[in-house]
Amino acid sequence: MTEGISQPDQPETLEGGSKDLFSKFDDIIQMREGLLASGIEDPFNLVMEKVLSPTRAICNGRDTILLGTYNYMGMTFDPDVIDAGKQALADFGTGTTGSRVLNGTYQGHRECEEALKEFYAMDHAMVFSTGYLANLGIISTIAGKGDYIILDIDSHASIWDGCAMGNAEVVPFKHNDVEAMEKRLRRLPEDAGKLVILEGVYSMLGDVAPLKEMVAVAKKYGAMVLVDEAHSMGFIGENGRGVVEDAGVIDDVDFIIGTFSKSVGTVGGFCVSNHPKFEILRLVCRPYVFTASLPPSVVATAETSIRKLMHGHNKRAHLWENSKRLHKGLTQMGFELGTKEPQSAIVAVIMPDLEKGAMMWEALLKEGLYVNLARPPATPANMTLLRCSLCAEHSDEEVGTILGMFERAGKATGILGQTSDQSEGS
Amino acid sequence: MDRAEVDSKIRTLIEPFNKKGVELKDETTFAGDLEFDSLTVMDFVAEIEDEFDIIITMNQQADIENYGQLVDAVNKLQD
Ligand SMILES: Cc1ncc(COP(=O)(O)O)c(C=O)c1O
Repeated sequence: MTEGISQPDQPETLEGGSKDLFSKFDDIIQMREGLLASGIEDPFNLVMEKVLSPTRAICNGRDTILLGTYNYMGMTFDPDVIDAGKQALADFGTGTTGSRVLNGTYQGHRECEEALKEFYAMDHAMVFSTGYLANLGIISTIAGKGDYIILDIDSHASIWDGCAMGNAEVVPFKHNDVEAMEKRLRRLPEDAGKLVILEGVYSMLGDVAPLKEMVAVAKKYGAMVLVDEAHSMGFIGENGRGVVEDAGVIDDVDFIIGTFSKSVGTVGGFCVSNHPKFEILRLVCRPYVFTASLPPSVVATAETSIRKLMHGHNKRAHLWENSKRLHKGLTQMGFELGTKEPQSAIVAVIMPDLEKGAMMWEALLKEGLYVNLARPPATPANMTLLRCSLCAEHSDEEVGTILGMFERAGKATGILGQTSDQSEGS
Repeated sequence: MDRAEVDSKIRTLIEPFNKKGVELKDETTFAGDLEFDSLTVMDFVAEIEDEFDIIITMNQQADIENYGQLVDAVNKLQD
């Protein structure tokens, strides 16, 4: 035995001779200890003691502006939504204690699915307990042995896990590269079943997929198309139906996956589709069948929120303004961003490395601003990112304050040079 | 193309990815000896796929640990 010293490159043996199954985590334990040893507040252990509004909370004792939540449309404190939840809690109790296919479908679950069908103008909607489970369930169930899944290499973990859980052949292509996607589709057996999986907005850099071109190519090769619109629902597209709506391809897409944990403001996941046989999935999709359904209060808040999002035009417009202003201000200060133009409600600031990123994250937190620190392996090209996600409820004044905080923190950490005094936030 | 030709083509393709100039034997492993991370694997696989006009699915990649196995797999897939 070592004396409490972690030696990740040697298999550690516990007394009794059994191998410690945790030794595979030694690298990440070391990385974390290294980061914390530099005296930085733990970026992955923040506690919000009090939540004041969709955009403000008391974090680690400080009054903080929230710029790292997925509360894009600011629905979490909407009075109608809260009332609906309270009413359902009183009328239907705290939980269903059962699966959707047994005792876990209440009136509220059905009404929530009706709201989704109306929101997307589609024939079928299936509500899962989370968006993660929706991807896991739909992907692993519809793509089986001998079928092919063609997907973007930067796909969300829940998409990859859906692939891993199923038996289809998995073919990734370079991020947002239409040509790379087409080359792969062209090489697959013509008569094989094919599922192309794309996302509307990719959450790490906040970039949007070229869905118009990609969906056309997928259709040309006879593939079915699934688009995960987790980060665009409620915001992108005339009616908030996502990038598929904005790109004018919603009618060519076979499945849209979404979540209630972002713009909708609660928890849950869903798939909507016009496929005539869609309903059979309720019986054969294991992550739908073998887990408890959402509590009545949750589906009631989701339904109310979804119905309000249909009419959220003003909020959508304000959120775009916020995103454009933050993007422009940070660019002018000299920060390097994930996209040249603002494409979504996510603005990703690229950090030189993890250490500098963690310093900047902490400096912002001390200024009273919460953003997301994202690090490899969750990020593309092993980048360290400070991910900012805007909310329709961020006021103009708050966005101005945020820019000032970035400028001070950027200078204090040396990430910004001294030559950018003309920027908006100074 | 026979196995030797496939081998020599892949040797050329791997060069820019073999930053440390590791000597390539059939038993040279990608993860261990060549220290390929997942991004490198993706770029390298894409190069091979385009060169030979084939697909190496992730499922097939999971069984390819060393250089010799890759040459064998590509040799089989190309016809
Ligand atoms: C693209 C994408 N898909 C699916 C999910 C899963 O959603 P949920 O939080 O409902 O599990 C997320 C969010 O985590 C996501 O970013």
